[in-house]
Amino acid sequence: MADRLTLTIDGRQVSVPPGTTVLAAARLLGINIPTLCHLADLTPEGACRVCLVEADGVRGLAAACTLPAAAGMVVRTNTAAIREARALVVELLLANHPADCNACQRNLDCELQRLAADLGVRAVRFRGERRRYQPDDANPFIVRDNEKCVLCGRCVRVCKEVQVCNVLDWTERGFASKVTPAFDTALDGSACVFCGTCVSACPTGALAAKPLYEAGRPDKKVRTTCPFCGVGCNFDLNVKDGQVVGVTSDETSAVNGRLLCVKGRFGIDYVHSPDRLTAPLVKKDGAFVETSWDEALGLVAARLAGIKAAHGPDAIAALSSARCTNEENYLLQKFMRAVVGTNNIDHCART
Amino acid sequence: MAGLATSFGSGAMTNSIGEIPDNKVMFVIGANPPEAHPVIGAKMRQALKRGARLIVADPRKTELAAAAHVWLRLRPGTDVALINGLLNIIIENSWHDDAFIAECTTGFAAVAAVAAQYPPDRVERITGVPAPLLRQAAEMYATAERAAIFYTLGITEHTCGTDNVMSLANLAMLTGNVGKPAAGVNPLRGQNNVQGACDMGALPNFLPGYQQLKWPDVRQKFATAWEAAVPDKPGYTLPDMFDAAVRGDLKAMFIMGEDPVLSDADAHHVRKGLESLDFLVCQNLFLTETAKLADVVLPAASFAEKDGTFTTTERRIQRVRQAIAPIGGSRPDWRIICDLAARLGYPLTYGSPEEIMAEIAALTPVYAGVSYPRLAAAGLQWPVPSAGHPGTPYLHENGKFACGLGYFQPIEYEPPAEVPDADYPFLLTTGRILYHYNVSTHRRAARLTAHRPEEKIMVHPADAARLGLADGAAAAVASRRGRVRAKAQVTDAVPPGVVWMSFHFPATPTNEITSGAYDKVTKTYEYKVCAVKIEAAP
Repeated sequence: MADRLTLTIDGRQVSVPPGTTVLAAARLLGINIPTLCHLADLTPEGACRVCLVEADGVRGLAAACTLPAAAGMVVRTNTAAIREARALVVELLLANHPADCNACQRNLDCELQRLAADLGVRAVRFRGERRRYQPDDANPFIVRDNEKCVLCGRCVRVCKEVQVCNVLDWTERGFASKVTPAFDTALDGSACVFCGTCVSACPTGALAAKPLYEAGRPDKKVRTTCPFCGVGCNFDLNVKDGQVVGVTSDETSAVNGRLLCVKGRFGIDYVHSPDRLTAPLVKKDGAFVETSWDEALGLVAARLAGIKAAHGPDAIAALSSARCTNEENYLLQKFMRAVVGTNNIDHCART
Repeated sequence: MAGLATSFGSGAMTNSIGEIPDNKVMFVIGANPPEAHPVIGAKMRQALKRGARLIVADPRKTELAAAAHVWLRLRPGTDVALINGLLNIIIENSWHDDAFIAECTTGFAAVAAVAAQYPPDRVERITGVPAPLLRQAAEMYATAERAAIFYTLGITEHTCGTDNVMSLANLAMLTGNVGKPAAGVNPLRGQNNVQGACDMGALPNFLPGYQQLKWPDVRQKFATAWEAAVPDKPGYTLPDMFDAAVRGDLKAMFIMGEDPVLSDADAHHVRKGLESLDFLVCQNLFLTETAKLADVVLPAASFAEKDGTFTTTERRIQRVRQAIAPIGGSRPDWRIICDLAARLGYPLTYGSPEEIMAEIAALTPVYAGVSYPRLAAAGLQWPVPSAGHPGTPYLHENGKFACGLGYFQPIEYEPPAEVPDADYPFLLTTGRILYHYNVSTHRRAARLTAHRPEEKIMVHPADAARLGLADGAAAAVASRRGRVRAKAQVTDAVPPGVVWMSFHFPATPTNEITSGAYDKVTKTYEYKVCAVKIEAAP
């Protein structure tokens, strides 16, 4: 088998390794084919039919995400027939979707909404029965609203292929098709461990992170490293009005991709715990009183200097922390060695 | 850290997390990644889905133990005997890698002599693991084209923790499973920056980058850079500090970001040590149990409120980026240290953490090529010896160990410091659950607390029946050091005679009953084994 094959997409040639899909080949050329059920880190499924293209020798319209590129293949991605078919697919999805975008957490951040806008779907001509389900929100972490589900299966595949917990899967057939835990139970009580990776994969508001659901649209996202275990997952802190309101992940993180665990995704609210200390405390007559930084630092410096003068530097010790940054650990050991003059520095995780 | 540093010359995960889905054989011992390192747990499940074979050594029926091809349900604290038994079977069957042993290691003969003393029937008597299972595990690990070992605190939090680690290093060297992808010996670090705190020399006997304090040229290098003498006498380790405080030799402590009263073993001794001090300063986000004992408490900013770096379990140095302003009057730890140094007559005038990292890189060979611009996209895995170096996904390439040759260490089995007896007939072992993190999330992380509000003591059904303990009933667990209460969870995840608890919940301060015994080298506490009694406590 040749190690490259050449095909033509919209009149331009591209060489790709065998096994490449037409979608991936088009993206190499910078040609944008809209998608909905496709995610680059999951197995292609060809479920939604949004990425339809024409290829010579292929009957009808084919899903670019599952169509293997072939030598000499001639593909068109943007004809009137293709645009009409894609718009119809999206229109049909909208016909079976709540029309309350303003009330949805994903408003202005929704792939279905964006597709409708991109494809010029403004009115829905189909009137008929719509699916009706109660949302599953009986847990502190995830809201699952099957009425907003477009049956793309991204959550099913992420749960099977990435998190490998196999909690979410298809239930029923046809119009009644939906994604649920086994036996159509709520998430709480199923085998779900609330990693929330399905939330990161959902294109609509069908799966939402509760903290963000409640907070509204964030002002900015800041990529950082998780403060819990040693895996070092990267994620985005979502910030609104100077507060961390939630955590999102995507496939670009080097270590974890879109995977996180329940702690990283849902445990960061400790940052805004009402128990946070906000001023230095000094104990006077057995009780803490708030004081200024100037007084507190002055007191610490004076006492340390006094103890060093009276008992020598080795009468002072410090515990550094596996919770603090490298720079802070470096500084504390430098402080103890160069300023206090002792090697009495350790931390609790020295195994 | 000390165990691997002795055997391989470098105390860190040899391989990378990204290699895990491609692993062919995984040997997970004393680790529960699906709960304690969930994303590594997911990567291991990906490997299983792709056909990897899994060996798990764990007294508890964890998720991975249940999924394992071979599950070695050893008695807690008998790891060395188990591993020596594996060495014995591998050598008996000539499954070892003669070429690797000859070219890359030293000390094999002594280890072979010790291993000869651990035939499978003796190992079965010590560990409780049936000999046929041990043979299966040995064959699966040793005859694989490549195989990786993963461990965590189930290996290190023993009086024989360093011995356990060196035994695992022996196993990997015996089979040539070091210095290539999807292999190696991989300690999974429990906290976000354990690796970094060690790397940065927050240790009484090492300067940054594991440069030995005892070497005069190392001390001279730092003294020159810092324009201050570096004392040559090694400092107190953490357990030594509390002993010295009780004796009256230690007068003051500065505790940044830790809560030893809740997190260290034998809490009563820790508290007594801290109460003996003339002066205690704590720097923390919260008024912790430890901070309550302090004379001065300095409010620190959280990770979301400052810039910096953490170094992950796979030696990856990654950026921490400020997202919000410090809460209230709190300040980042690095700024507080700078201000304090200035008041003691030693100005530290860094304008940002990036400037501190530049100094670290200049003085620390394994971090020499690190700079913030280079960390921007995906971080870098040390060693990064120069600015053009791409970082190091796996250590000891082609068996070239950081210390030259890999050192085989003959290790004899020694029982834990405290074993069950007539008065305290149960063995307590401890660990983490998925929904909490050490002592810091309970109550403060409201959603996690709502989902999992309290401790549950795992008790085997046979023991529960004998004690008259129903699932969910109130129980008390007592050791020679203290007594704590929580609800019982009746489950065959623990073997008969063993109870299991986490240590996340202030209402059940498990470390008031754990053992204060510690490893003779690292002085890591033996959290994993102590003798207790348990009773219904309505």
